[in-house]
Amino acid sequence: MGVSGATSTITLSGDWVARVSGVDPRAAAQILRPGIGRLAFDAGGLGHWDSALIAFLANLREAANAAGVTIDEIGLPPHARRLLALMAPSAAKAPSLPGVSLVDRTGLAVIHAFEESSEVLAVVGNFCLRGAAALRGHASMRTSDLIICMFNAGAAALPIVTVVNLLVGGILAFIAATELRQFGASGYVASLVGVGMVREMAALMTAIIMAGRTGGAYAANIAAMQGDEEIDALRSFGIPVFDYLILPRILAMTAMMPVLYLYGCATGVVGGMAVAGATLNVTPTSFLVATQASLSITQLVLGFCKSIAFGLAISVVACRVGLRAGRSTDDVGKAATSAVVASIVGVLALDALFDLCANLLGI
Amino acid sequence: MNAGSMMPALKVEGLTVGFGETIVQHDISFEVAAGSIFAIMGGSGSGKSTLLKAMIGLLRPSAGSVRVGDEDYWVASAERRAEIDRRFGVLFQSGALWSSMTVAENVALPLRMLSTLDAQSINSLTRVKLSLVGLSDASDSMPAELSGGMNRRAGLARALALDPAILFLDEPSAGLDPITGKRLDDLILELRDGFGMTVVLVSHDLPSLFDICDDGIFLDAASKTVIANGAPKALRDGCDNSTVHAFMRRERPLGDLDPQGVDHEPR
Repeated sequence: MGVSGATSTITLSGDWVARVSGVDPRAAAQILRPGIGRLAFDAGGLGHWDSALIAFLANLREAANAAGVTIDEIGLPPHARRLLALMAPSAAKAPSLPGVSLVDRTGLAVIHAFEESSEVLAVVGNFCLRGAAALRGHASMRTSDLIICMFNAGAAALPIVTVVNLLVGGILAFIAATELRQFGASGYVASLVGVGMVREMAALMTAIIMAGRTGGAYAANIAAMQGDEEIDALRSFGIPVFDYLILPRILAMTAMMPVLYLYGCATGVVGGMAVAGATLNVTPTSFLVATQASLSITQLVLGFCKSIAFGLAISVVACRVGLRAGRSTDDVGKAATSAVVASIVGVLALDALFDLCANLLGI
Repeated sequence: MNAGSMMPALKVEGLTVGFGETIVQHDISFEVAAGSIFAIMGGSGSGKSTLLKAMIGLLRPSAGSVRVGDEDYWVASAERRAEIDRRFGVLFQSGALWSSMTVAENVALPLRMLSTLDAQSINSLTRVKLSLVGLSDASDSMPAELSGGMNRRAGLARALALDPAILFLDEPSAGLDPITGKRLDDLILELRDGFGMTVVLVSHDLPSLFDICDDGIFLDAASKTVIANGAPKALRDGCDNSTVHAFMRRERPLGDLDPQGVDHEPR
């Protein structure tokens, strides 16, 4: 760097390649020493250059402007000057919002939770109203959509429901066989499997499978539609989003869950029967007779009601999570995760509530 | 300064591209001179973006070769192809920003992953790239918060991250207002003239094609091959092919008459 009076001439030489040399952030401060009023350039020896040179010059220009130093760009390569000119000066930063205190954050979280609960209740209310309208044929829902949703939430889920309930029935029978044998109560294995499956496990396990399988898919699908502006397109035509998109999904899941529950009970008993046959030599007939004797219609109704409530809860939560998702692809993954977690927690909470009520009612 | 050598930056020979049994374009041959701005033109659905994918390594061609410098891209080993890829910068039609990162993080990621530069150098270079595309104030925004045009400009800043030797741009000016579009044209010219980049451009934007492109090819959807080559301006003024002529002058092709002779005069 040459200094003549208040003017410093910076000699640029050699190659300036970003991936090799990087950009030295201290260079501008080293050049702009006190007493310098004007900067000029001599680029006669400059070799190959890329954005490393532009970044250096931009840093220098910014620092020089702040220090009140004039920059004479005449000595720079013409293309470098034009690229510098293309770099729009950044606008003044918007004032940042004041920080939020812990108390305010807690308050906002409570308000948010309250609003979210209201929204979920609104979806349930909407479902009751629009579901009734759909039954009378007054909803803007396509029957083909409902059938596809019912297939996805019903027949398509049968393999996984079969496997899981068979295994759960078998596991119950195995535990019962090992434990009850010690007390000479092996005859109660069928009762334990039957009651366990019908009253609790078939509904619960099927609901957990459906939350992961179908609930997650609902949320991801609706969130992706949100990102692609498909939902905005529906709204722009005045097509009711709830009727078109949400209603078939909630109806399908709520209708299919009890069917899957009954199927789950049957497969669970079959699983238990197979394990009891293998470990205790119980014949299928005696197992089924013992199961039938231990079950009451009240227990079946309890499990059946649970499955309807679980289906409703999973679909409502999944659709709500999908609808409030952001617009990026990242938000699709977040929506699917939130829907599965919230649905499973909701199902377990509902199950506990059902059991509490059943206990109070002496069922 | 950044004088290009005599060897073409890219040489495509007898290239056939398609998906499975479907051939999109066949027997395509052309050369892209180093330091030139080369246009791939053609109507919608003519396979411009598919050809681009074969040139940047995203779609293996059914036949033919793509030579980058003196190397055959599709014959080279995976490691060599990765080396060549680092000399490419690609702007995708939608911007294709990584949605979980801010705009600045999008631009900085290739530098972080593929260079040994320190954080301050990466920050400086990221700021320069964003400033060049006029997005310095959106550096902390998430892609979902940007408009379509801003997304594409951020995509361009990311394509410039590694100072590529060859810049591939798929519809860079689609959805931009005329002023921003002109600014983008100026930027492409300066990147070529200043950094010595070679630019391959897929575009429908006729004013931009006429202004900045030195050479190009015209792909035809019907015959599935190149039907004209040359600078867009020269094709506009001197090409006899009726499809190219109609495209370049925004006219209805011969034989594509108005249905029932309906005229469109205002009532």
